[in-house]
Amino acid sequence: MDRNELPLLRWLLTTVALGFLALFLLVPLAVVFTQALRGGVLTYLTAIREPSALSAIGLTLLTAAVAVPSNLAFGVAASWAIAKFEFPGKHLLLTLIDLPFAISPVISGLMFVLLFGSHGLFGPWLAQHGVQVVFAVPGIVLATIFVTFPFVARELVPLMQAQGLEEEEAALALGAGGWQTFWHVTLPNVRWGLLYGVVLCTARAMGEFGAVSVVSGHIRGLTNTIPLHVEVLYNEYNFTAAFAVASLLVLLALITLAAKKLVIWRSGRDAGAGAPTRG
Amino acid sequence: MLYLSLVVLLPLSALFLRATGSGWHQVWATVTDPRVLAAYRLSFLASLTGALINAVFGLLVAWVLVRYDFPGKPLVDGLVDLPFALPTAVGGIALTTAYASNGWIGKALAAVGIQAAFTPLGIVIALTFIGLPFVVRTVQPVLQDLDAELEEAALTLGASRGQTFFRVILPTLAPAVLTGFALALARALGEYGSVVFISGNMPMKTEIAPLLIMTKLEQFDYAGATAIAAVMLAASFLLLLAINLLQGWAAGVGRRA
Repeated sequence: MDRNELPLLRWLLTTVALGFLALFLLVPLAVVFTQALRGGVLTYLTAIREPSALSAIGLTLLTAAVAVPSNLAFGVAASWAIAKFEFPGKHLLLTLIDLPFAISPVISGLMFVLLFGSHGLFGPWLAQHGVQVVFAVPGIVLATIFVTFPFVARELVPLMQAQGLEEEEAALALGAGGWQTFWHVTLPNVRWGLLYGVVLCTARAMGEFGAVSVVSGHIRGLTNTIPLHVEVLYNEYNFTAAFAVASLLVLLALITLAAKKLVIWRSGRDAGAGAPTRG
Repeated sequence: MLYLSLVVLLPLSALFLRATGSGWHQVWATVTDPRVLAAYRLSFLASLTGALINAVFGLLVAWVLVRYDFPGKPLVDGLVDLPFALPTAVGGIALTTAYASNGWIGKALAAVGIQAAFTPLGIVIALTFIGLPFVVRTVQPVLQDLDAELEEAALTLGASRGQTFFRVILPTLAPAVLTGFALALARALGEYGSVVFISGNMPMKTEIAPLLIMTKLEQFDYAGATAIAAVMLAASFLLLLAINLLQGWAAGVGRRA
């Protein structure tokens, strides 16, 4: 096809496409690092090691440490059930898994305020027992679990479906137990997809802004995650510090992209071929 | 599936319960308030524009990535997913800085009299950014699998390259482009993080619907926030339904091609 393409047209299309990407992707990326390092490396390090920055980093890590394993466990269980068994309501389950992608992050946060806030459904009961969920760490963790809910399951369902049942049936026929089959046959077959799902889930858990913003209450040093801390610094016109802290999240994003490339390369399949993952 | 019910269904039902709990009259009064209507209109129009830009340029980017070779192509291909991986708040402050009147791109735009940041144009820019990967990633695999024979047949039969593209290639890609467009639109409608920084957030002018929910919440107007959210949710569900139908159609076209 390429051979009869006009070279000029080709060059033109490539230039326009790359220009578009540069304008929307490369420029923002470059902005973050130039702004972050504008005051020199020392200022950069100070901004990251400042107490409220450190506490934001700690809270973000804690949130991810709870949200990712929960959704990993659910994702593996759900995709296994969907791919390997037939049961009523399967289609509904698939739709429900996708639901958090379809809901605005702000609305996701709002739902948790309505459930656990002081005027919420469970608010009065929680208050009586001295538990605070909204404007506290549990709310942040819950909202994060909600928005990162689909990632692992969505990566695994198509993979497991594509693999079919033959290998499992062979293992069972050869006398392996259910768990053995799962650990030694099912799981190793999907390990790269699983890894990518976990990476995506982690990146989103650490970077979620809208939903967490609603439930956090923005208490500096207490309920600020990294993205919220970035917002606070930015709104205080402390741009260099805002971009310094933001650059940590950019590095995380670049690791995610590299992980995707690695997964495609190792599994020898095109991960982009499925439905695009929404982040 | 208890986990699913707890994590997804419970919060959702709380929202609808709350929205209807305050009475239909109040819900209607809230969502027909001029400021709310302006926010809905802006959210919808800006999302639509962003998704349209992505439909055109996404198709172009997918075409270039699949059909042409150039140095650094794997890197460019990987970079397309950046808006998925980058936290929205970071995208927001970076775009604002680049497109503000003293930023790299904003300066050039200001020279020709265009103000990007803190105007509806800024919102469109942010929404284009976050929706960028959708069309590229839905079109790319279809374009890769596109049967070369079909094109060669058209060319052999005397069709020009333009005719081949518009009569043979484009109809095959149409479902994928539409799906990507709908996904980008759905994402843009609910987007918050990347928009709030660049939009300037002026009521009636550059205030998007998710931001208005946030504002109502900060004023402890839970009923108002919930009413606005319920309408947006209903819109998202309709769009989700449309996307599912589109994907079914796309799969059908893919089989025939």
